Amino acid sequence: MVKEIERAGLPIVHMCTVTPISMTVGANRIVPTIAIPHPLGNPKLTMAEEKVLRRGLVEKALKALETEVEDQTIFE
Amino acid sequence: MIKIVHYINQFYAGIGGEEMAHVGPCKMDVIPPVSKAFTAAWKGEAEVVATIYCGDSYFAEQTDKALAEICELIKSVGGEMLICGPAFNAGRYGFACGNVAAAVKAQMGIPTLTGMYEENPGTDYKNKTIIVPTANSAAGMRKAVAAMAPLALKLAKGEELGPYYEEGYMYTGIRKNMFEEEIGAKRAVKMMLKKLAGEPFITEFPMPSFDRVAPNPAVKDISKATVALCTSGGIVPKGNPDHIESSSASHYGKYDIEGVMDLTEETYETAHGGYDPVYANQDADRVLPVDIMRDLEKEGKIGKLHRYFYTTVGNGTAVASAKKFAAEYSKELVADGVDAVIMTST
Amino acid sequence: MKLELGLIHVTDLQFGDVSKVEDHVVYINQEDIKNLILEDETIESVELHIAKPGESVRITPVKDVVEPRVKVSGNGGVFPGWTHKVDRVGEGRTHVLKGMACMTIGKIVGFQEGIIDMTGEGAKYTPFSQTLNFIMDIKPIEGLKQHDYEKAVRTANLKVSTFIGELARNVEPDEIEVYEHDNVLEGMKKYPDLPRVGYVLMLQSQGLLHDTYVYGVDAKQSLTTIIGPTELFDGAIVSGNCVSACDKNPTYIHENNPVITELLKEHGKTLNFVGVIITNENVYLADKMRSSDWSAKLCEFLGLDGAVISQEGFGNPDTDLIMNCRKIEAVGVKTVLITDEYAGQDGASQSLADATPEADAVVTGGNANVVIHLPKLDKVIGYTEYVDKIAGGWSGSLQPDGSIIAELQVITSATNEQGFNKLSAR
Repeated sequence: MVKEIERAGLPIVHMCTVTPISMTVGANRIVPTIAIPHPLGNPKLTMAEEKVLRRGLVEKALKALETEVEDQTIFE
Repeated sequence: MIKIVHYINQFYAGIGGEEMAHVGPCKMDVIPPVSKAFTAAWKGEAEVVATIYCGDSYFAEQTDKALAEICELIKSVGGEMLICGPAFNAGRYGFACGNVAAAVKAQMGIPTLTGMYEENPGTDYKNKTIIVPTANSAAGMRKAVAAMAPLALKLAKGEELGPYYEEGYMYTGIRKNMFEEEIGAKRAVKMMLKKLAGEPFITEFPMPSFDRVAPNPAVKDISKATVALCTSGGIVPKGNPDHIESSSASHYGKYDIEGVMDLTEETYETAHGGYDPVYANQDADRVLPVDIMRDLEKEGKIGKLHRYFYTTVGNGTAVASAKKFAAEYSKELVADGVDAVIMTST
Repeated sequence: MKLELGLIHVTDLQFGDVSKVEDHVVYINQEDIKNLILEDETIESVELHIAKPGESVRITPVKDVVEPRVKVSGNGGVFPGWTHKVDRVGEGRTHVLKGMACMTIGKIVGFQEGIIDMTGEGAKYTPFSQTLNFIMDIKPIEGLKQHDYEKAVRTANLKVSTFIGELARNVEPDEIEVYEHDNVLEGMKKYPDLPRVGYVLMLQSQGLLHDTYVYGVDAKQSLTTIIGPTELFDGAIVSGNCVSACDKNPTYIHENNPVITELLKEHGKTLNFVGVIITNENVYLADKMRSSDWSAKLCEFLGLDGAVISQEGFGNPDTDLIMNCRKIEAVGVKTVLITDEYAGQDGASQSLADATPEADAVVTGGNANVVIHLPKLDKVIGYTEYVDKIAGGWSGSLQPDGSIIAELQVITSATNEQGFNKLSAR
């Protein structure tokens, strides 16, 4: 799906936990996330802490969208 | 006797070489030697009733028109099957053979088969028609006919072909279920012994290769950009109004989040059947971060969160389906003036 | 280590006044079972059913399937960590009630569970159409959380299977199978010229209805480790997962692990079966990296020439499979993978989510996306209301006439990735 959206001319960032799959299928901008059932959260934290965590990840994704890449890149 | 139509190019029709590549599809008055070779190999069970030729350039430059004309010719002679080539390593001829065979099979519903060298670009059609590997030049004609003819006959009779490695055609990539004589564990141990002994063995699943798309230029100023959220994590309004399947999704959902500041347990859930749903059901922002995007929007860190999010279930969903969904909705995203996309996956 | 399996061929299963095994017939007193299950205060009620091969019966949604066994000699008891205390198993003698299975149904998540048909198209694909099935439909008390409900149902089946297995303790087996294996040193001395082969058994470990337990330990909390092959035959590994139903390993299949069985049969003949490595399939990338590193390290430490790797599930576990393959090949150990495929209903799509060129030897359990038509059957044990939502079903899967059109993945164990079946794909 990521690749089709890229093909349509839109820059896209893929936020996912299993980055090797994302690499294999060909996403170009990749932001690693927390875990499969809760990529952008962590139920062990309080809601407030979780939001800080989630915001950090989303900001990283936006940063990735603003960054020129030539090849597949994982934004750690 | 089964009536088979044979497609060749201007060269094998004896019309001429490159200088005659512009000629359009035409039924030959006399069956040429290459077609007769097939008829001979079928030993009275089938025969080439008509040979159609077309110039390679004509076909490449006006493919749709050429195809329509070829289909018409096949109908007019009552062809029950089509064979094309062999094209050996001739690139445009191979492209024409693959294309004609694939299109005729799809449009007319009759079996088709072609033959060409393994590196011929026409082999791109191997998942749409049966392609038999041949030598890289016409010196291999006799062998090519010997390999193609029996497979063509089987197909013409409506028989199922065995696996590619037994029948000798190129791997189609179309997976078909079948029952083996032995259980999988026994097959695995046998395969292991062969691999260890350095003996040849045949994998039941050849590894695929994935294509690539070059990255698009970065967003110049994200604080002015409209950003859309998409997910394969199956986040849907509570109750899953469009019944997106928990696995092997047949469609995607598009949902309006105008005025939605936060995804809550009462309003959103996941339809995904492939992971523990408890966390996403408690707070769907853990998969689709609408809450954060709204904060960033308020603070002017992004221009705008796109009004709709797109969602489907990645679990067990065929890559081809996922590709189709995204190809469809990315057009909408572009039309709606979206500048960038965040896709989340579980 | 040597384990004898005493097989008692069960020819019929009936309810009776007294629970017993007599002349190859298993009789079950319903009160015995109900009392046992209702010991758990989180369970409100239970209904019991019997289904036999060839009957026009559909069972759904199925959670776990267990083969009743009893340890008659040697250390420990079956299902260590559950119905017997944690104690080493895998030696001595174990009696098996061959030909029957205990299965649980209930509404835990609803859409994450399987279908077993005793006749018709569906019966061709599930191994449990061939067993005499004892079915427990378990209802929880009001408000019980899903995780707790799953645990209650899982534990109930293990308790009942232990109870029924116990009935076979003093029955003379029809057949004795002997499984023997050597420790690393003995094996090397005895079979210096045979290739050294190991088995990497991947266990699903991803949360609710996606967990597996080893001696009572949740596999996601364990590092990759080594286990004796015969320990599994005594129920050392227990399933807590069933979605998608086609390629999750019920406890029954762990007890009868076909790769271990085949490797033990070949041990000392064509190969030297060195050991079983168990590894997990977690939801964190760091865990996937660590676990696959560890699989490769253990293959290297054991000095293996080859390793058979079996997957459980699909999607992100495809990555665990590929990581295991790549890293194990990288330490010079040749691999054969067992997986299944999600190639789309037309078979034209990419089968796995991940790939690597080193995976040149793959055995497949078939394409789980293939659409099958399950006829209406006379009797349904359980609830068909989930069929439209079950993984592999879609809105409208359940036809007005009671038949079902759905993907093969709805069928319990249809594309099993331990190689339990004959189904494959090309």
